[in-house]
Amino acid sequence: MIRKLLVTVLFGLLLHLPPVSAEDVVMARSNLPFPEAMLALQESIRAHGYTVARVQRVDIGLTGMGYKTDKYRIVFAGKLEEIRKLTELAPQLIPYLPPKISIFAEGEQTVLVTVHPKLYAGIAGAAVDPVIFERWANDLQSIFHDVRMAE
Amino acid sequence: MPVTDKFSRTSAICRCVTQLDDTIEMRLTLWVFLMCLFGTVSAAPDGAQLYMTHCATCHGDKGDGGVGVPLSLPAFLESVDDSFLRKTIRLGRPGRVMPAFRALGDAQVDAIVSHIRNWSGKPAPVFPDTPIKGDVQHGKELFASYCAACHGEMGEGGSGTGVTFSRKREQPIIAPALNNPGFLAAASDEMIRYTLQQGRAGTPMRSFLVQGLSEQDINDLVSAIRSMEDSEFTGERPEVTHEEAVIIVESPYTLDETVENLKESLISQNFKLIRTDYLEHGLVEEGQEDKRQVILHFCNFKFLFEALAIDPRVGIFLPCRVTVVERGDKVQVMTINPLYLSSLFNNDDLDEACKEMYGIYSEIIEDATL
Ligand code: HEC
Ligand code: HEC
Repeated sequence: MIRKLLVTVLFGLLLHLPPVSAEDVVMARSNLPFPEAMLALQESIRAHGYTVARVQRVDIGLTGMGYKTDKYRIVFAGKLEEIRKLTELAPQLIPYLPPKISIFAEGEQTVLVTVHPKLYAGIAGAAVDPVIFERWANDLQSIFHDVRMAE
Repeated sequence: MPVTDKFSRTSAICRCVTQLDDTIEMRLTLWVFLMCLFGTVSAAPDGAQLYMTHCATCHGDKGDGGVGVPLSLPAFLESVDDSFLRKTIRLGRPGRVMPAFRALGDAQVDAIVSHIRNWSGKPAPVFPDTPIKGDVQHGKELFASYCAACHGEMGEGGSGTGVTFSRKREQPIIAPALNNPGFLAAASDEMIRYTLQQGRAGTPMRSFLVQGLSEQDINDLVSAIRSMEDSEFTGERPEVTHEEAVIIVESPYTLDETVENLKESLISQNFKLIRTDYLEHGLVEEGQEDKRQVILHFCNFKFLFEALAIDPRVGIFLPCRVTVVERGDKVQVMTINPLYLSSLFNNDDLDEACKEMYGIYSEIIEDATL
């Protein structure tokens, strides 16, 4: 009985967790300058069991056009088995894989942006158990939280 | 979304609660559960926390601006009442990046508003609801000569939004859209008049009394802005696209041939090929990748620069990419559909740029698979 009570209390506590944002575009702002925020992001991605597949600069060539920062990157990350499974079951998802997060400097701070994984669920359709995207969404929330809290 | 989420969670819990056969135990459990549930409902929402979650990324932790305009400037807070803030949060600014927060409860919206008010520490101004009757035609003429340079010919707002630290732009803060249904539904005539009379110190928006317009001129301008209002506005963004998420075209060529064709076609469209690699690159040891999924990354700096000026968040589209996939005896060329992605951003200017991008993607693929 105590155990059951405990379970109920835990469930109740679950209701207190901050809700996952309803937005289609998920964003976070970190007080860290770009290099540190980038480090925190990659560390957290790895700590959540994902591989950072590539970090892509998208701003080479832009400074000449009046773009003041060279601090704009796209971080691609995923788990090999998951990506393989998804490309097999839902090939229409391929152009969105591996998932990516864009990270750029805003003054002394850093902004992270990505799309909400529930959108992938919509694209993948019935062929894929949406549980995987729910897990991505939770991990994403937790990764962004880590970056926000990192000092 | 959190609402439905909570419901499904609640019903799951109810189910497991009813399965207990011992009634006392059940009552106790239910009681504990209700206490927890009640706890969520009764706790006053934390404005600072809500602001951090929903607003800070765009407007800055302390309201000094970013993708969004500044909210903490004393001149701004003196010129808007709480109803304006509440309605702006609820309705957003359709097509101008600022989202509509429909899922927040009234108490949550109020908590965010108090948090914003705390920055100035001053009580909210109160503006009477009385409409201002000016000469619309004269107001429009004044608008064309005094306002259009920043707010656009039709009041559609400056290009780009908010404040930026990463690019040179004509103005440090981009002028908001005044013909926007979200703005017009939130702003009272008196609030607009006050803004024109006082300007907003610390922003490019100056006082037009100081600049020599009369009280009557200002009333005429208010009426001209009000005349941009569309009485049909329901709170929904009018033309949200229902696009397919991907563009997929079958290629009559082999995988290698298709990749070569694409390279040529990219270059003929003035793109620079950044690199070709496998989709699994970096996820698995080199050489172990699935060779039947090839990505071409490409870029056009001018286009990229323009896109970043429209919305700094467009990194999600970048770099431009086409994927070639071999499945069985079929070769397919795939890209994201820019029109689909764009529809997530609530940004009309971005929609325009993405229409262009859609055209370019289609042409490149068509060229390569002909
Ligand atoms: C995705 C970015 C984004 C988010 C998130 C966002 N805003 Fe905005 N907000 C904007 C932009 C951009 C504008 C200016 C629109 C324009 O230029 O026409 C704006 C305008 C406003 C205005 C009107 C300012 C004025 O000068 O009249 C208020 C008030 C406001 N936002 C409050 C909020 C609050 C409160 C939240 C959180 C609940 C929030 N915003 C979340 C981008 C955002
Ligand atoms: C030099 C550029 C510039 C000119 C010229 C200008 N504005 Fe503005 N205006 C702005 C900016 C920037 C803001 C946003 C200020 C802020 O961040 O609070 C603004 C804000 C406003 C607002 C409040 C909008 C909101 O979302 O809260 C109104 C109304 C307005 N302007 C009307 C006018 C009118 C009418 C004229 C012409 C008589 C005019 N402006 C001329 C730059 C300009």
